[in-house]
Amino acid sequence: MKIDDPMIVPTLPHGDDGYFNTRRVLILFAHPRFEKSRVNRALLSALPVSDAITLHDLYELYPDYNIDVEAEKQLLLTHDIVIWHHPFYMYSAPAILKQWMDLVLEYGWAHGEGGDFLKNKTAFNVITTGGTREAYRSDGFNRFTIREFLCTFEQTARLCKMTYLPPFAVQGTYRLTNEELARHAADYGFLLQQLSVGANGREEMEQFSFLNDWIATRQRIQTP
Amino acid sequence: MTEGFLFQALVYLTAAIVCVPIAKRLGMGSVLGYLLAGIVIGPYALGFIGREGQNIMHFAEFGVVMMLFLIGLELEPSHFWGMRHRILGMGSAQIIITSLVLCAGMMLLDFNWKTALASSLALAMSSTAIVLQSLKEKGLGDTTAGKSSFAVLLFQDITVIPILALLPLLAVSTGHDTGGQGKAILEGLPGWLQTAAVLGAGGSVVLAGRFVVVPFLRVVARTHLRELLTAAALLIVISTAFLMQLVGLSPALGTFLAGVVLANSEFRHELESDIEPFKGLLLGLFFIAVGASINFKLLIDSPLQIISPVFAVITIKTIVLIGTGRLFKITFDQNLIFALGLSQVGEFAFVLFGFMHQLQIMPDHLTDIMMAVTAFSMTTTPLLLFISERFILHRFGTLEAEAKEADIIDVQHPVIIAGFGDFGSTIGRFLRANGIAATILDNDSDRVDLLRKMGFKVFYGDAARPDILKSAGADAARVLITAVSDPSTNYDLVKKIQKHYPHLTIMVRTKDRQDAYEILDMGVKDVYRESLDTSIRLGVDVLVKLGYRRYSATRAGQNFLKYDEAALLKLATHRHDEKSYIYNAREQIMLEEQLLANDREVNPTINDHAWESDLRKEQ
Repeated sequence: MKIDDPMIVPTLPHGDDGYFNTRRVLILFAHPRFEKSRVNRALLSALPVSDAITLHDLYELYPDYNIDVEAEKQLLLTHDIVIWHHPFYMYSAPAILKQWMDLVLEYGWAHGEGGDFLKNKTAFNVITTGGTREAYRSDGFNRFTIREFLCTFEQTARLCKMTYLPPFAVQGTYRLTNEELARHAADYGFLLQQLSVGANGREEMEQFSFLNDWIATRQRIQTP
Repeated sequence: MTEGFLFQALVYLTAAIVCVPIAKRLGMGSVLGYLLAGIVIGPYALGFIGREGQNIMHFAEFGVVMMLFLIGLELEPSHFWGMRHRILGMGSAQIIITSLVLCAGMMLLDFNWKTALASSLALAMSSTAIVLQSLKEKGLGDTTAGKSSFAVLLFQDITVIPILALLPLLAVSTGHDTGGQGKAILEGLPGWLQTAAVLGAGGSVVLAGRFVVVPFLRVVARTHLRELLTAAALLIVISTAFLMQLVGLSPALGTFLAGVVLANSEFRHELESDIEPFKGLLLGLFFIAVGASINFKLLIDSPLQIISPVFAVITIKTIVLIGTGRLFKITFDQNLIFALGLSQVGEFAFVLFGFMHQLQIMPDHLTDIMMAVTAFSMTTTPLLLFISERFILHRFGTLEAEAKEADIIDVQHPVIIAGFGDFGSTIGRFLRANGIAATILDNDSDRVDLLRKMGFKVFYGDAARPDILKSAGADAARVLITAVSDPSTNYDLVKKIQKHYPHLTIMVRTKDRQDAYEILDMGVKDVYRESLDTSIRLGVDVLVKLGYRRYSATRAGQNFLKYDEAALLKLATHRHDEKSYIYNAREQIMLEEQLLANDREVNPTINDHAWESDLRKEQ
């Protein structure tokens, strides 16, 4: 399929289950210097145009870190899938995302007693790293895998009774050719499109360390 | 005296420069300073100027002429309309009642009714020059007292036109042989014709202002020569004055009219700024001349003849004004400022008495006395205001607060804010929103009243006075914020506090960089330039509007603020390294240059390399 074309997603009635129920996706994007990020510009430019996908640019909205907690909660309530999209700085996310998690995911709302508002929603990370996938291995330069580094996100999602999926990672960004980058961007678009139309297969996804790999298999199935 | 002009200029300027700062230092205001200067150099003290003081007076009256032109200029019809109740109500009440009481009093003293009526009308006038100058200096222009005073003065200034027009009618029956000393071409004409001529002259000023002056100014403006516009402005004032004198009218009124006519033209601000400095100087000269022309001989020979009418006139005027104020529901302390402020006899009285003398409504001797009464009463106003401010008002203003003070423990008021205008009130509101109650000092009694009703702890009075600071709880407070807009007030305040309350942390609002340097030089560390944050915030928004990411723009702004504050501290210590210790224009320019050079080196992204992948890529 041709990924560059923006895909119009049919809006279908909400349902509990089923293969094609529209699921609303919220991208919490955090990049302190987005204007200088070639990779992330490419990724965001491939977003499918859809009512079901919301791009929420945290640094643009809260340049003073003064996060509007109530507004963020409302936003979360109207979405089913939450994506933490950020560069992988010092093995973690830029500061504002931590600020967001600390403030918005309140006890009694997101977790703890009565904290059921995010229950059964889905969360995962979309990250860009300078190092290659090989650098993130127990015998690699960074000594731990990406998944291990992301364990705080994973456990936070669990705490909030959310399903945590493997990350979608664009790695080795320093040496990406334009063609490779375009392919990653197309993959991201494909992923979002699949998620928003409610493509099921959580168990299937969880078998992979990266959603990138799930996309590859999926695309092989769809384009013989 | 051949050296006449230079010598006189020397005497006047020296007197002004010596006396005015002393008067200001003593808290008496510049008007009293000028008057004292006049008395000192006048014929009865040092005698530098003798009878020619009278001539100087004629020359200096031009200051009044210019002042009225400026008042006229500021009087847009809409502004006028908004104040119409005050102007017509208070103005007419004041003039009618005052002159009726004075007239009745004089008739009881066996003056004939014409003299009594004419002179009581003249005595009802107050001095626009003294009142406006004094109120402006005390920063009371925007208070109820200030606005009411302005309204009444305006009404008086306008009333002078019909009074001047009607005076000849009073003179008709006494015969209008003017004794051949007239300059005006109207003299000798029958009364009704004079009245008609007066009205005609007024009309012609209005017409000329509408249809001649503005096109003329446009032509002048096209030459792009700044001084030519100044010359044109002076020409307008002088030619109007000349025309008025020609028909025997007060030049001041003519120019006032001209000002009103030009108030709506596009040249209004231009004319204002051109005339302003002339007005200031000439008004000073006028006050000096008034001081010098006080006939102390008459005062010494027959003191009762002068002092008792002065006393009577001021008392009657004050009482009538207080009544007027009450009628219009002005609060007591504002009313006192209003009534005492307007209690003197104004400069128009000189004009009116002169005219009456010419018309022979008033005999020579009486004219002399009346002139002396007028001049003498003018000197009392700054004194009365000074006394009321020092000994009556602050007592009244703080009365209520002291009664309350007992039940509020000062530990709860760790912050004192001096000056509760826009700047100070924002701080106060912010602190209050965060549960910190601040004590507020302000010298606008109306605002004080309002704030008290809103539950603020407010003290009326001059924050620089030690007793006020003490009663505001400066002993127990931890922080004092000076938020007054006038830098010199803040400066004085800082000095006082450093001396009397060294334990207080002083936080100072400053106007600009220079002002900040001066406060820093006093050892204050917390200096806040009032427009710095706002202008940077605007700059950040400009970057955003041009397409910058909001976060990058915000960081650039934060960095700039930090750098600018640091530069301020650095330059504050270095600016005295230069040979000339005295602050001058060159130093200012040098500092600006250093700043601009540094600005270019500030790279807002300098600390953000970690966020950019491009940089690493090159390695």
